[in-house]
Amino acid sequence: MREFGYQQVSDVETAVATLATSADARYLGGGTNLVDLMKLGVETPELLIDVTTLPLTDISETADGGVLIGAAVRNSDLAANPVIRQRYPAVAQAVLAGASGQLRNLATTGGNLMQRTRCSYFTDVTKPCNKRAPGSGCPARDGEHHNLAILGASEHCIATSPSDLAVALVALDAVVHVREGDSARAVPLTEFRRLPGDRPDLETTVEPGALITGVSLPGLPIAAASRYRKVRERASYAFAIGSIAAAVEVSGGLVTDCRIAWGAVAAVPWRATRAEAMLRGKPVAIESFAAAADAELTAAEPLEGNAYKVALIRNVTVELLAELTGASR
Amino acid sequence: MRITTTVNGARREVDDVWEGESLLYVLRERMGLPGSKNACEQGECGSCTVYLDGIPVCSCLVAAGQVCDREIVTVEGLSDQQGLHPVQQAFIECGAVQCGFCTPGLVVTAHDLLARTEHPTDPEIREALAGNLCRCTGYEKILDAVRLAADRLAADRLADIRAGSSGRLT
Repeated sequence: MREFGYQQVSDVETAVATLATSADARYLGGGTNLVDLMKLGVETPELLIDVTTLPLTDISETADGGVLIGAAVRNSDLAANPVIRQRYPAVAQAVLAGASGQLRNLATTGGNLMQRTRCSYFTDVTKPCNKRAPGSGCPARDGEHHNLAILGASEHCIATSPSDLAVALVALDAVVHVREGDSARAVPLTEFRRLPGDRPDLETTVEPGALITGVSLPGLPIAAASRYRKVRERASYAFAIGSIAAAVEVSGGLVTDCRIAWGAVAAVPWRATRAEAMLRGKPVAIESFAAAADAELTAAEPLEGNAYKVALIRNVTVELLAELTGASR
Repeated sequence: MRITTTVNGARREVDDVWEGESLLYVLRERMGLPGSKNACEQGECGSCTVYLDGIPVCSCLVAAGQVCDREIVTVEGLSDQQGLHPVQQAFIECGAVQCGFCTPGLVVTAHDLLARTEHPTDPEIREALAGNLCRCTGYEKILDAVRLAADRLAADRLADIRAGSSGRLT
């Protein structure tokens, strides 16, 4: 591992200014992804700026009836927060479905949104990877890709975002607050991460050196009955092979509003807007849920090794929507 | 840099530490506490689990520069003058140790679980220990050990209550 500098900072402005003075610095959150990538040689920063000591560790209620989650709030604290558990249960469920206790005790909210793909070619510096080494190629399409993307991928990259938390957040209209240079900006989470296109090395829409300061969730009554469901290859401590966060509002036997997002299917937490549009106004019925999932999945471009994900995500969507609405199968 | 920290209840100072080296390295190589094990060193296996300010973390992922003036408890700090902690004793009696590399991390994690949950169910034990990987035992004897330790800690608490003392809380 390359030797690096380590610096603590006490305010956001200093953090951003310090990063700007270095050619190759990174913000350090819980270190549960960055540090292991450094040990693998995937990341080789010359300086780590510790942002866990910034005053970004509170979860506060906002004027619109929502919450603002500080970027340095630990995953364990987020999942245990009474307001989150009561008003945004899918968020707490998603956090607890990820990693292990030891890791959730370290991992931060901002860091979670910035975590890198677990594509095995990305993490192996002896292999080509367009995300890690632009222009070197992508062996995944013809190689091991059973847990890679079925939506929004490109010929250059089929990596997935591994975050559980981001799936719940994107379903519930989360907004990411960033500091870019001297200014602050709020970016809807739906627009925060980029699809790979021909630049898979660019993962977000914010400026290089931007610092996440928090994530806000709006006051959203539908979110109080939200739920997160994760499918993985063992009972715990594994990345999703497909996941969903959803919330449904029903009146008179019809779906009046809904939120649906999928994980482990794309490079971004995938807000299923086509499925939502298809479902609004429809009767609460298994057929409606299946039609909504199918509408979203018309855009799917599965490969031989991950084609199972199309059926998996369709089935888990129908199942969760049926649970949330009490629809009989 | 100089690291000043509290480890297993004692104030410790170590000089000439590179702030980027891991807490695990500081504990093992600079403080002579080799109980915490360096297995994966990537935060995957849990063998290096220690308490940092009362919360279990993978010490391989924590930088030395982050632990100044903080409180650390390692597996060495769980026993006292009366002997091994009931969790440690249960691991021995149940044969929950084979090669032993994962054991210190599992003992710390099980210790944390039983401090928070008096009578964990089997699914609760499995979930709590999910971040501690063992390649030898198949986990069955480890589950036996946690159940045994839970029973003994509960019995100790009851005996202490009957004797009118505050009991062993950790």
